[in-house]
Parts: sequence; C-alpha cells; structure tokens
Amino acid sequence: MAIQRKSNMLIIDGNQAAAIAAKMSRVQVVAAYPITPQTPLTEQLSLFVEQGELKAEYVAVESEHSAMAVCTSASIVGARAFTATSSHGLAYMHEMLHWAAGARLPIVLACVNRAIGAPWNVLNDQQDSISQRDTGWIQIYCRNNQEIMDTIIQAYRIAEQVHVPVMVCYDGYILSHTEMPVDVPEQADVDRYLPPYKPHTSLDPADPKNYNLVTLANPRIGVDGKLCHGYMELRYLLQEALQNSRETILQAGREFNDIFGRDYEHMFWEDRNDDAEITIVAMGSLAMEAIVAADMLREEGIKVGVLGLRVFRPFPKSDVVQALRKSKLIVVFDKNISYGSEGATCSEIKSALYGTYINASVRNFIVGLGGRDIKARELVEATKKAIASLKETVINPDYPEWICQI
Amino acid sequence: MGTRDCNHICDESSPGIGEAGKTGEWRTHLPIIDDKKCTASKLNKPTCFLCWLYCPEAVMTKGIPPSIDLEYCKGCGICAQVCPVQAITMIAEEKNIG
Repeated sequence: MAIQRKSNMLIIDGNQAAAIAAKMSRVQVVAAYPITPQTPLTEQLSLFVEQGELKAEYVAVESEHSAMAVCTSASIVGARAFTATSSHGLAYMHEMLHWAAGARLPIVLACVNRAIGAPWNVLNDQQDSISQRDTGWIQIYCRNNQEIMDTIIQAYRIAEQVHVPVMVCYDGYILSHTEMPVDVPEQADVDRYLPPYKPHTSLDPADPKNYNLVTLANPRIGVDGKLCHGYMELRYLLQEALQNSRETILQAGREFNDIFGRDYEHMFWEDRNDDAEITIVAMGSLAMEAIVAADMLREEGIKVGVLGLRVFRPFPKSDVVQALRKSKLIVVFDKNISYGSEGATCSEIKSALYGTYINASVRNFIVGLGGRDIKARELVEATKKAIASLKETVINPDYPEWICQI
Repeated sequence: MGTRDCNHICDESSPGIGEAGKTGEWRTHLPIIDDKKCTASKLNKPTCFLCWLYCPEAVMTKGIPPSIDLEYCKGCGICAQVCPVQAITMIAEEKNIG
C-alpha cells in the first residue's frame, strides 16, 4: 500500500536540515560552541529558541568541553540533549565524549566533518570523528542533506533505546553549506515516531542516587545487599550495548520507513553489488560520488558496485562480508588516515574479511584531506589503477596510496 | 552469580553506611581515646566534640564518652590532630601493615 502523505520539500543546506531535525526531535537542552563549519547550525538553533519555536534551554558555553559537560548533566537528570561541533571542537570535547558514553547517556551530537590542524584548515575530511572512534559512541555517516534530517531524528530513537550516545556525521561544506531539496517531516509524525525520553537515571530527593562515582576494579556489594558492577563490568556492558545495537538501528530505520516513506533499514548503502566483481567502498558524501564513478566504469564494461558505509560504530562486520561475497577486488577510499597504518575504514573492511572464505584483494586510497577536491573521474582512475595492480600482485599492500601531487 | 542482576545501566549506588565497603580494613593506625583526658568525658557534659565535627568519615559518635565505629574508621588521625587536650593517640596496627 502506497503511503499517502503531503510533501514539504525545502531547499536547505545540511546545517539547516540538522537544526530543523533537532527542533522536531523536541530537544530540551542545547549546549554548543560555534566552530566552522558547524556555526550556522548552532546559530539556527539559538534563533529557534529565541523566537520561541523550540522550547529548550540554550546554554551558551565557553568551550566544547563544557558543551558536552552541560549535555551530560542535562541528560542525566532526564532532558533530551543536543550538541554539534567540528574538528578541533570535537577534539576538545574528547574527555567528555568518553564520559557521555560511559554514563550511558543518549545524547545526539552532529559532527560537521572538518580537517584538524596543524596546519590550520577549515575544510572537509573525516579525521575529526574517526579520531573519536573508540569513545563508545555510535557513529552514523550521512551522504546528503535528507539523510542528515532523517538520521538525527532516528539517532534519538536509537540512543534512547540502547542508552548509547550517537554521533551523526556529515561532510563540512560539501553538505553543511550546500543547499539541496529536503523533505521535511510533519511534527505530528515525528512525535509519533519519537516518544518523550524516559531516563534510566533519576533525580529524586526521596530516593537519592549516586551516579558514576569512583568505581573500583572489582564488583562490590551495595547497601541493598546486591552485587554491583565493578569498572570492568560497566565497560563490558557498553561494548555489549554497541554489539547488540544493530537490531535497534535497523528497527529504527524500518519504522522510519513505515511513517515517513524513506527506507533506512540498512547498516550501509549498496549500489549494484549483486553482480559486481569490484566494489568501491566510501563513507559520507563520497559514497554518492562513488555511484557516479561506478556508472562511468560500468559504461566501460567493468562490473563495479558501491558499498557506502553508513554505520561505522558498531561496525557491521557480518553484513559487510555478505555484501562483499562476490568481490574480487575491494577499493576503499578513506577521508582519514591512521598514521603509520592505513585508512580507518580499510582496516575495518580487512578485519571483517579475515577468516571468511572471501579472499579479495584490497586497495586503499587516501583522498580528500583538508578539503582536497575528489571527483568521480579520480575515483575511476584510482579504481583502474587498482585493477592494473592485480597483474603485479594480488597481495594486499601494507600501506595506502594517496591521491595527491607529492 | 554475576553483577547483571543489579540491573544498573551505568555505575549507580545509593548513599548509605558502608556503600564504599568496609573501609576500616584500610586502617594502619588505630585511634585510642583516653577518657580521663577527653573534655566531654571529664566534665560528663555534651561538649567539645571536635573529633565528631572533624571526622571525615562520620564514624565518631557524640556520646559520653565519644566512640568510634571501627568497621569504617580509616585511621586518618584527624581526630587526634584536632583534639585540644591530646586525648586521642594513634597506635600502629600490626595486622594491617605490610
């Protein structure tokens, strides 16, 4: 049955899409510090609050560290909290990112992906959010402005169900400052999809609680005589929550489709992978560029498919293996570099394939750092170069190639 | 049996006596009160009680004589330091040393 609903199509940039999504999610506390290219998002949210369109407390803080500290405090007393940042701001927030995840608070953060200095650079790559990979946050990457809008709304559903904060990442300028058509949902539908937050923590003088005090290595007996978690059991539970979040993420995507008619029941996006011998892997807006590259390669008779990574944490290992089962060559493009090793998504792909029957060659290219333009044509050339390299060796090289002029 | 049955999602505890465990086991020095010197005991009046006031663990009672809950006294020695008549001495406890 076709879903009958009215369309409210707006031409907006990624930051506006994120601001509207936060507003429609009825966030109750926003604490953010402006940083390029996230600034218009926080300006828009403060305007919403000032104009009375969003009933939230906007806390103007002196730093990103404080922004996340405010969000954790707001969340632990039961408020739905939102923040956004980029680059150095996210790096500055690092300590509190650990705290939010460790305290199991369902905060949503929009990370407008930007390069990190030195040297100074305000343009796009994904080094900032990739550097926060191990803080215990769920990370979801968007390919376009519609996905930014929809993912932020879904992020609260996911976060509040599994008690893990969610980072919604989208490319600076490429999405944040580029206008494109976005179907804005009806508030009533969002309310139906996203019920008010029910906290697992409580602030009640009649039943006082301590949260996240000094916790020793070993379990201890509480005043009620129950054996309570030690530090290590709490770390295990965080890992378990991320491991088990896949079903919640897929369910949130499925139910989003039921209400809004856009399908997000995917850990990643696939394009023509069914008969592909070569798979291009990319994350964020680059995954859209990869589809254009696949079009160009298909015109030349090369069977290319695309795997556009969406959920980076938890990394969907089994699903990736299933998607890549026919690939003989996997070409991974990374807008980040783990210095001394390779691109972060390439490591994940290789790790997922280990011990399976898939024995594909993997080629890794580092691209688009600090806003370096990367066109579909260049993805095509790199893929052809990867194909040609198979004549010399099928063994996976230790280190990636860079698409730059060195 | 594991810790899962506590059903805590993050670290959680309720304030109460002994929430941090039997902290008396940490003690290396035991406070001994000399009732002959203690002001409250000597005057048989509820007075002074600086030891009670300053005890960071709230293990000192405002009694006559004052008494110490040794299950939770960590042996920090603050009571001995603040006692204006030096009625409290800290004695090394062999069992907790080394």
